Amino acid sequence: MKLSKLLLGLMAGALLISTSVARADALDDIHKAGVLRVAVPQDFPPFGSVTSDLKPQGLDIDVASLIAKKLGVKVELIPVTSANRVPYLQTKKVDLVISSMGKNAEREKVIDFTAAYAPFFNGVFGPADQKVSGPADLTGKTIGVTRGSVEDLELSKIAPSGATIKRYEDNNGTISSFLSNQVQLVATGNVIAAAIIAKNPPKKPETKFLIKDSPCFIGLNKDEKKLQDKVNAILAEIKKDGELSALTVKWLGLPLPANL
Amino acid sequence: MAYHFDFLAAFDYTDVLVKGVLTTVELIAVGGVVGIAVGIFGAWARTQGPRWLKPIVSGYVELIRNTPFLVQLFFIFFGLPSLGVQISEMQAAILAMVINLGAYSTEIIRAGVNAIARGQMEAALSLSMSRVQAFRHIILRPALQKIWPALSSQIVIVMLGSAVCSQIAVEELSFAANFIQGRNFRAFEAYLLATAIYLAMAILLRQLLRLIGDKFIFARRAS
Repeated sequence: MKLSKLLLGLMAGALLISTSVARADALDDIHKAGVLRVAVPQDFPPFGSVTSDLKPQGLDIDVASLIAKKLGVKVELIPVTSANRVPYLQTKKVDLVISSMGKNAEREKVIDFTAAYAPFFNGVFGPADQKVSGPADLTGKTIGVTRGSVEDLELSKIAPSGATIKRYEDNNGTISSFLSNQVQLVATGNVIAAAIIAKNPPKKPETKFLIKDSPCFIGLNKDEKKLQDKVNAILAEIKKDGELSALTVKWLGLPLPANL
Repeated sequence: MAYHFDFLAAFDYTDVLVKGVLTTVELIAVGGVVGIAVGIFGAWARTQGPRWLKPIVSGYVELIRNTPFLVQLFFIFFGLPSLGVQISEMQAAILAMVINLGAYSTEIIRAGVNAIARGQMEAALSLSMSRVQAFRHIILRPALQKIWPALSSQIVIVMLGSAVCSQIAVEELSFAANFIQGRNFRAFEAYLLATAIYLAMAILLRQLLRLIGDKFIFARRAS
């Protein structure tokens, strides 16, 4: 009698544990703990870097804080590198990866992604008075680019023969050539364009057209539908009310593109 | 796995290489001729020129000989546009080479001028030549004869130094090597090829300068 009661109790207990394991849900766990753990970069400005007093700063950090605020929990920032950010997620050391991560087929096999939250692209940039909307308009223009970069290789393929491409040794040369009017346009990443804008030059590089687009997505573990839906809902909300756009203006110098 | 050499890969970019060689030739042809002219003027100014000109030329020579060529080039190309002076990368490269070679050759030619016995100038003046005439007809040729090998070396050095002009997107020979290396990642082949071409160009340039020297500097004028 006593023994059967004990067995019953054990079985019930085991059942309870097993169901609680099976139904463990990342979103519930976050609410229970009151903390959202986010993997953020610390060596990739303007997405994530550390200030002189060792505080993390950057677009990814602000987005992480904003999402935690919307969830009603505190944020815990965990610095990662681009090599270890996915393992951190898989071993459940973090709930989300907000680390300027692009979506590709290999990553989609092991983790899930939410909607995109930030633009990351290579394109042709130029001041407002340059009327350029596609590769064909580059005829007769001089475009600065960093030699051997992705944008150099792509631009060399798509530029018409009438365009003059000036290839500089590094990004600083490309930036200087643009600022000193040696070239009319530059082909570079939006992060570099943001760095030019941050210097507050007399002519501001505006996006003319995209060469290669690979926006940033938030990564989370597979089969966390509730968390994925919740983060997507938050992203939709902050996109709609302009909060996310304000952050991209702050860190990248340009509003959130319409296609995100 | 051992590295597989593939020199043929570089020949996919023959037009880039040819353009690079031609651009380097253009740089040294214009830069060399004008630079030597500046040097002769500078040497005249420092030895025979008017008193007010001497400190200006000395300042120019000291400024250029004590700063790196690359910095001079960047200043002309990226710095001067801030003052409203907009010049193309080719003009900037040639200007930098002229200024650089001008300063070095001023000192080399001045050494040659100083090596000419004072009596030569005095004799010329006693024949009622002006100081400029005396410099032009009496002093300059023997002065150049004395320093021609040193001057030839300096011209070759400036030609090799033009390699850094690739930094301001001048598409000369080292730009071509960097370009090829950036496309096919065959650094060994690309730079070895560039090295061989530079070596050949330097030897040819030295022979050319010797011919020029034999014909115009050392030969007596038929008159």
